[in-house]
Amino acid sequence: MSEVISLTFLQNYWWVIISILGSFLIFLMYIQGGQTLIYTIGKNEEELNLLINALGRKWELTFTTLVTFGGAFYASFPLFYATILSGAYWLWIITLIVFVLQAVSYEFRNKANNLLGKKTYEYFLFFNGLIASLFLGIIIGSFFTGNDFYINENNLPKWNNHLHGLENILCIENLIMGITLFFLSRTNGALFFVYSIDNTNIVKNSLKQTKINGLISCISFILFLILIFLRKGYEYNNDYIYLRENKYFLNFIEMPITLVFLLSGLFLLIYSILKTSGKNVDKLFLISGLATILLVFSLFLNLGFNNTCYFPSYADVKSSLNIRNSSSSYFTLSVLSIASLILPFVLWYIIRAWKLITKVSSSDTLENNDY
Amino acid sequence: MNILDTSLVELVNWSRAQFALTAIYHWFFVPLTIGLSFILAICETIYVKTGNENWAKITRYWMQLFAINFAIGVATGIVLEFEFGTNWANYSWIAGDIFGAPLAIEGIMAFFLESTFIGVMLFGWNKISKKMHLLATWLVAIGSNLSAYWILVANAWMNNPVGTKFNPDMARNEMTSFFEIAFSPFAINKFLHTVSSCYLVSALFVLGVSSWYLLKNRNVEFAKKSILIGSIFGLFASILIIITGHSSAQLIAEKQPMKLAAMEGLYNGKKGADLIVFGVLKDRSQLNNDADSDPFIFKISIPKLLSFLAFEDFNSFVPGINDILYGNKEHNIKPITEKIEKGKIAISALQQYREALKASNKQKMDEMRKVLNENYKYIGYGYFKNIEHLIPNVFLVFYSFHIMVALGFYFVLVFIVALWLLKKNSLQNKKLLLRLFVFNIFLGFIASQLGWVVAEVGRQPWVIQDILPVFKATSHLSVKMVQTTFFIFLILFTILLLAEIKILLHKIRKTTIELN
Repeated sequence: MSEVISLTFLQNYWWVIISILGSFLIFLMYIQGGQTLIYTIGKNEEELNLLINALGRKWELTFTTLVTFGGAFYASFPLFYATILSGAYWLWIITLIVFVLQAVSYEFRNKANNLLGKKTYEYFLFFNGLIASLFLGIIIGSFFTGNDFYINENNLPKWNNHLHGLENILCIENLIMGITLFFLSRTNGALFFVYSIDNTNIVKNSLKQTKINGLISCISFILFLILIFLRKGYEYNNDYIYLRENKYFLNFIEMPITLVFLLSGLFLLIYSILKTSGKNVDKLFLISGLATILLVFSLFLNLGFNNTCYFPSYADVKSSLNIRNSSSSYFTLSVLSIASLILPFVLWYIIRAWKLITKVSSSDTLENNDY
Repeated sequence: MNILDTSLVELVNWSRAQFALTAIYHWFFVPLTIGLSFILAICETIYVKTGNENWAKITRYWMQLFAINFAIGVATGIVLEFEFGTNWANYSWIAGDIFGAPLAIEGIMAFFLESTFIGVMLFGWNKISKKMHLLATWLVAIGSNLSAYWILVANAWMNNPVGTKFNPDMARNEMTSFFEIAFSPFAINKFLHTVSSCYLVSALFVLGVSSWYLLKNRNVEFAKKSILIGSIFGLFASILIIITGHSSAQLIAEKQPMKLAAMEGLYNGKKGADLIVFGVLKDRSQLNNDADSDPFIFKISIPKLLSFLAFEDFNSFVPGINDILYGNKEHNIKPITEKIEKGKIAISALQQYREALKASNKQKMDEMRKVLNENYKYIGYGYFKNIEHLIPNVFLVFYSFHIMVALGFYFVLVFIVALWLLKKNSLQNKKLLLRLFVFNIFLGFIASQLGWVVAEVGRQPWVIQDILPVFKATSHLSVKMVQTTFFIFLILFTILLLAEIKILLHKIRKTTIELN
């Protein structure tokens, strides 16, 4: 196999897989966005139940994608996995806690004798929506702004900052990315309600929320782009790592395909927001979803390719991680690549299953298994 | 790094405590997911085959309990996966090239299957055809078991690190054979033994809940049918557990003799070693290296059976803890100090190799690589100064193992009795027995948890057998951070466990199922 496919190819291939999983994960966080809107859109108990039921049939998919994203990162770029999780400890622990709360909330909320009461589980859903989208945005932001760590002579990571990840919240670019993701998730969440629920009031309120949240997410995303375009980025040439002015802007120019993805994503996002005033609003969720996937995909490609360090260290430049110095071995990447060939099949059956259980109407809420 | 460094010891202990806590809670929920999924699939298959609506009602009832339990198992599982990175970062780099692959493949091949079709299974009853729904139920069962397989492949590799080679350039272990890792006898056996324990726990759950209905004289027909399915399934699982338990012990005897010695409280090895059926260990301080000393205050044993079970020869020699530590010339077992010396040579060679690599000194690199390769399989021992640190907690492992085995045999009896009384149609009258069956739910969980105690405490102090001790595997975190997260998870998981138990009990109490 080594004569046909090089290690470089496999590293590139796995970065693309990670980028795809990352983009789908962020798209699927419409669940989190939707959870932060349940009280804003749902005006009575029936509407609240409809909203939670619509989300409750899909939360496992976001959860599974997060698990697979983590597993794939671990398998293909283990040095990154070891560094970011032990380093940004608090960001991840808090994120994990809110995911734990989310998982049980859907199942426990509507059950009798559930110990904490229905409202508590609804608040858990809200907190998961808020914290998970905000923190994952901050973590993605830190891929551009850098982190405070070094890799020792035995390739073992050590984080310098005693706040262990919380310091990233104080960085303005990271915070803006977090805010972007929060509002983008809400935009997708609102459009998902339009797509999946047969209820006039909910559709009307959701469309209103799409406009507000969509506008904020667009503005904050553009602001984030401006800020990172003006920054220096971390570039490598073999083992030598150095800073380059306007690195992330130049990456888009030097890799035009990523620019096409970025601009298409932005266009589709704005289109889906503007079209909320039109007639055929049912399918706008799919357009905003595609927009989200394109936007995040373009960011990940920008981070990983064109000799860019995707996880820079401002404490020790030479410790910065890129897809060459942090990956698994040739053999492992080959094995994983063979396993990845079933991904299209996985996607196929997910789409099939998705169609079977998406639509939620008032009569559905009477079923036993409701959330 | 010195193991006697107090803060390091604390960090290691708290990191282990946090991981153990998460794993223990995870294992309260996962056995039910893995086992019940098959019971659901079996009940629904009978329904689709016979068209008898009663079986649809039975399936839906157990499906509701399955759904309540599923989410929290998934939730604790995600914490476990990420804890490898948050708390065991050094391990994640040193073994990530091998260990990450099964986790990623689990996500791609199994977890998506399970979580996608669980939605169809729960919400698709009236939306898709019977056969499509049955397919979804089977896919959930297959997905959850496949998921367990890949996780157990990863765990088996830590116990028996095959298909790997150390790369000094990267300072990590790298995969050399995926098939050796994925299909090692250790992995296959661990999977079969573990999932059969899940089937057993679920069967005891079905038997216990149904027995409660019989005690209350409610849902009687439903309970009898459930007991029939649960007991047949449980009997099959119990037999599988005994068979795979035996093969597990044989693998442990070969690859982890210290674990086997701890499981049997065997300090001084002997030919024709006895199998301890029941025993009370002396305090550790009473033990010494004297070959004549007996570590038991009291014991009931079967002569020569341990030798036979471990090596299929009644007269074979089974090494004890003292033989492994101090050596045994008669049986050609070298003292562990030799391994420690070789381990130190390997560590030194690795350091010198890394320095030579930095200085681009190829000759030195070749020289040191050769020394490293010759001694690598002992590298983990090189980090130890006190050989007693190489002994696991014998008390915990011994008692856990023996209670687990005793319960395992007891459960076989339980299922046989349940089936026999069901056939005689007299089970409903045996109130005391029915109460015992309800209590068995708790015993099933205990046995299953003890299995993990034996497996994980028994392999201490290794995170990768002979290669990486736990104190070299942790992240660079402060003790306070890990203590804080330990208590956060303890409180969180306890509350959620209580909530689940309350919901389940309420559901069981309030449900009425009328069969035709």
